[in-house]
Amino acid sequence: MKHLIFDKMGTSLSFSEYSESNGWYALKKALKMDPEDVVLEVKASNLVGRGGAGFPMGLKMGFVAEKSSPTKYIVCNADEGEPGTFKDRELLSRNPLKVVEGMIIAAYGIGAKKGYLYVRGEYSDQKKVIAQAIEDARTAGYLGHNIKGSGFDFDIEYRSGTGAYVCGEETALIESIEGRSGDPRIKPPYTADEGLWGEPTLVNNVETLVNLLPIMTLGAETYKTYGTEKSTGTKLFSVSGSVKNRGVYEVPFGITLRELIYDHCGGVEGDGRIKFVQIGGSSGVVLPESMLDIELSYEAFGAINAGLGSGAVLVADESVCVIDFLKATAAFFEHESCGKCTPCREGNRHIASILNNLGKGIGSAVDCDTLKRTCHVMKEASFCGLGQAAPTAVLSTIEHFRDEMVAHIDGKCATGVCALPEGGGR
Amino acid sequence: MSLVNLTINGRELAIEEGTTILNAAKAANIHIPTLCHHPDLEVKANCRVCVAEVKGSKNLQATCLTKVQEGMVVETRNKRVREARRIIVELILANHDQNCTTCHSNGVCELQNLTEELNVTENRYENVLSPLPIVAGNPSVVRDMNKCIKCGRCVQVCNDVQKVGAIYNIGRSTEMRMGPAYDYDLSQASCTYCGQCINVCPVGAIYEQNDITKVLDAIEDKSKHVIAQIAPSVRVSIGEMFGQAPGSVVTGKMPAVLREIGFDKVFDTDFTADLTILEEGTELLGRLKNGGTLPMLTSCSPGWINYIEQFYPELTDHLSTCKSPQQMFGALAKTYYANKINKKPEDIVVVSFMPCTAKKFEAGREEMRTDGVPDVDYALTTREFGEMIRMMGYDLNDLESQAFDEPFGITTGAGVIFGASGGVMEAALRTVYEVVTGEELENINLTMVRGLQGVKEATVKVGDLDVKVAVTNSLKNAKSVLDLIKAGKADYHFVEIMCCLGGCIGGGGQPKPTTNAVRLQRIEGIYTADEKMTIRKSHKNPAVTQLYEDFLGEPNSHKSHELLHTVYFDRKK
Repeated sequence: MKHLIFDKMGTSLSFSEYSESNGWYALKKALKMDPEDVVLEVKASNLVGRGGAGFPMGLKMGFVAEKSSPTKYIVCNADEGEPGTFKDRELLSRNPLKVVEGMIIAAYGIGAKKGYLYVRGEYSDQKKVIAQAIEDARTAGYLGHNIKGSGFDFDIEYRSGTGAYVCGEETALIESIEGRSGDPRIKPPYTADEGLWGEPTLVNNVETLVNLLPIMTLGAETYKTYGTEKSTGTKLFSVSGSVKNRGVYEVPFGITLRELIYDHCGGVEGDGRIKFVQIGGSSGVVLPESMLDIELSYEAFGAINAGLGSGAVLVADESVCVIDFLKATAAFFEHESCGKCTPCREGNRHIASILNNLGKGIGSAVDCDTLKRTCHVMKEASFCGLGQAAPTAVLSTIEHFRDEMVAHIDGKCATGVCALPEGGGR
Repeated sequence: MSLVNLTINGRELAIEEGTTILNAAKAANIHIPTLCHHPDLEVKANCRVCVAEVKGSKNLQATCLTKVQEGMVVETRNKRVREARRIIVELILANHDQNCTTCHSNGVCELQNLTEELNVTENRYENVLSPLPIVAGNPSVVRDMNKCIKCGRCVQVCNDVQKVGAIYNIGRSTEMRMGPAYDYDLSQASCTYCGQCINVCPVGAIYEQNDITKVLDAIEDKSKHVIAQIAPSVRVSIGEMFGQAPGSVVTGKMPAVLREIGFDKVFDTDFTADLTILEEGTELLGRLKNGGTLPMLTSCSPGWINYIEQFYPELTDHLSTCKSPQQMFGALAKTYYANKINKKPEDIVVVSFMPCTAKKFEAGREEMRTDGVPDVDYALTTREFGEMIRMMGYDLNDLESQAFDEPFGITTGAGVIFGASGGVMEAALRTVYEVVTGEELENINLTMVRGLQGVKEATVKVGDLDVKVAVTNSLKNAKSVLDLIKAGKADYHFVEIMCCLGGCIGGGGQPKPTTNAVRLQRIEGIYTADEKMTIRKSHKNPAVTQLYEDFLGEPNSHKSHELLHTVYFDRKK
C-alpha cells in the first residue's frame, strides 16, 4: 500500500535531502495557484481535521480566507496531549519540514502572514528538531519575505506549552500563546472570526496540515481515491497496549479495527484475547471485542455516536481490569480539568472517587447509577470539549462491562488486578 | 435590530436579535435559575446552572451565553434539564462548607436560595470539602474559601471593574481557587480593600472583619464615652437591611436607633464633609494661585488612597493633603470635642458607620493616631450596622426619627452628596464659586458630574478662570486619569476620584445586593436628601463657621494642618 504521509521523504531527512526528494513540491505548486484555488482544492479533497473534532478542513480554511482583515494567523496545534496519542510526535521528529510546508500552504490559502507552532511542553526533543526546521526553511527562503519570489510573506514562530492537557483545546491554546493561563474561551466568537489577538485564525492539528502536501501534489481527485467516500485519505493511528507491534501506523480509512490490530500490528501480545479497545485516547470510546469489525472511518464511528478522536488505539487484553483501567483515565481528567466549570471540575473527582472505591470493593449498585448520572451531566453541560469528552470511556465501559464493574462490590475482580477484601466489600 | 422568532417552553416569542436565551426568557416572565451570572459583569458561563435544552443541539446549552436564533425551540424545565441542574447544584454543595446557620451570608446567600428554589433536599454526592484556613491577615477583608463556589465574580470585579488584579484564578481542576498569587493574604497582594468582591460574592466566601462585638463591649464599659459618626451614603442604604427599597432616605432613624443601643452621642460625618470642602477648596485655590501641583486629586476615599500609594506612588503629590471626613471627625472628636466635654481622648470611643471596608484599614493607619490613641476606634460597614441593630433587637422601621447631636450634627446638602460619585466635586464647586466670585451660584445642581458614567468632565467658569474638572468612579477609571497625568496629558485643575462604582453608595460595605440598578436608586436617594436640606452649601454651615472661630482659626491654618491634613506613603508592592 502506498503511503501519503510516511512516504520516502518521511524519515528524518536533512534539509537538503528533503529538498532533493521532492520536498517543497507541494508548496511550489500551491504558490503558483490563486489562494482561492488552494482552498477550493482542499474543499474538493474532503479532508477532515485530524485533531479529534472531525471538522471539514476546506470549510474551516474558507471561513478564514473570506475574512477581509489585513491580519490573520495560522496556528499549528502540536500540543499532542491525548493519552496514547503519539502520531504528531512522529511527524514532528521525522517530518518537521512537512509540518512547516503544510503550514505555509495553509497560510497562503487563507492569507495569513504569521504562524505559530505550539508544541507540547513535554516534547523537548521535537522542539529542537522543529526549531531547526523552521530556521533551515527560513535560511533557504521558504519562510520570511517574498517566499521564493512568489510575493507571499509568511513566517513561523514556535511556542512551547507547559504541560496542560486543556491547551490542546484551540481557544485555551490561543490564551496560552497570548500569555495567559490556558482556560478555554467562550464560543462564539469562533477562532475563524476572533482568534489569536482577536484576529481571524486558523487552528489545525499537525497531521491535518501535513495532509495538504499530498492534496497539492496529487490533486484532490487522486487524494480522494484513498479512504472512503466521506473519510478521504489515510489516517495515522497510534497503537499501544497489548499488541505485538506498537507504533504509529498509516492506513487508509475504511479498513476495520480488527484488520489494523491483526494485519498491521501483528495481533495480541502473547496471543491472548482482546477484551476491549479504546479509540481516540482517554476521552475516547471503549469498544468490546465483539465490535472490532467496525470500519475505521468518521462515518462508521459517527453512526455509533462516537468519534475517532486523535486516532489513538489502546488495545486491552483479558488481563486488564476495567475498573483499574478507568481509574487511570479518571485520575488523568481529575488532574487535567482547568476547573472553570462545575460539571468538569467537580464531576471528575466524584468519578475518580467512586472508581477508586469500587477498586477496593467499596460501594453499591447505586454507585454505578451515580457514575452514569455524573457522566451524563458532564457530557451535556460542561463548558468545553474536555469536560464533554472526559466521561466517554466511563459511559461506554458501563454500557459493555457493567456486570464486571458491579462484581467488585461482591469482592470479585475478574482479572485479579484489584486487591479486594475477602467476602466482598461493603 | 430585527426580531427573531423562537419558542420557549411552547410559548412563541419574538425577541430582539442578539439577546441571550436567559434574557429572552426573562422578558417573557420565564425564570431560568442562575448562579455565576451577575447583571453588571461579563458572562462567564462557569456554573452551568442556567442550562436548557435547545432543539437540534446535542448538548444542553448555557442560556446566559447562547443567543436566540430564528426558529429556535427551547425547553427550560423538562426532566433532562431539571436533572442536570439538580446534579450541578449537588456537585457544588458537595464541595461547599454548609454550615449555613453560622455563615455571614445566611439569608442573603444565592446558593441557599437556588438550592431551595430547585427543591434540592438531599445530596447524592459524598462531601469532598477539604477544609482550608480562613485568611484574615488584614483589618478589612476576610476570605473563607471553604464557602467559595468558584463562580469567578470576585476575580472579574477585581480585574475588570477595578483593574487592581489582587486576585486571580489560581491552580487548576479541583485545586482551582480564587485568590492572590501564592495563596497570600490580601495584605501581601496589591489589594485596596475596596470590598467590591464582597458585594458580588453570591455566598459567604468573602466578608468584612466583623467589629460589632468590640463596639458593643465599649458601650457596655461605663468608663467610656462612645460616640457615633455616620457617613452620608449610609442613610440611603441601611433601610434595605430592613426591607425598604434601595435609596429610601432614613436619616433620622439612625440616631434614634443608636441612642437606643446606648451610644452617648450620635453625630454626622456630613459635618466633616462640609469641613473637607472648606479645607480642600482652600487648598485648591492655593495651588491655583501659587502654582502648586495640578490637577489636585481628592483624598476622601481610602480604597483610592491605597490604590495610588500602591500603584502610582510617584503621583501622590497630586493628592489633596486633606484627611477623609471620617478621619477629620476622629481627630476633632479626640481634641476639640474631648476638651469641650472635659474627657481624656483615651476615654472617648469613636465608632463610624461607613459604606466601606477600606475605612477599617484607614482607621488603623499609624498616621491616624495621636499619642498611640486612634482617632477612629472602630469603623463598621453598613452591613454590620444593620446586623448590630437586629442583634440588639430593633427594627429600624419601628423607630421615630430623631435629630443628630450638636455640634457635629449640623450639616448641609453639600455634605450629603459626598455619598455619590460627583458629590465632592459638586459640593466643592458650590463653595469655591461663591468664595472666589463673592456672588451666589444660581443653579447649584451641577448634574453634569452626577451618575454612574466612568469619567465625567466639566468646565466651570469661576471668576476669570475656566476651572476644568473631572470626576471618576471605580479604580479602572481612576487608572485612566492617572495614566493621563503621568503622560502629562491631563489638563484638569481638580479631579474627584472615588474608589467604587457610583461612589460611596456603591461601596464594598453596602448591603447586598449592590448592583448598578441598586446604585442608581441610592443615587436618587442622595439627591433627594440634598434637596430637602435647608442649607446646601458647606461654607454656609454655621457649625463649621463656629468651629473655625472657636478652634481652628481659618481653613488650612496651622491647627487645621496638624489635625485635618495628612501625608502619603510609597507602598508599592
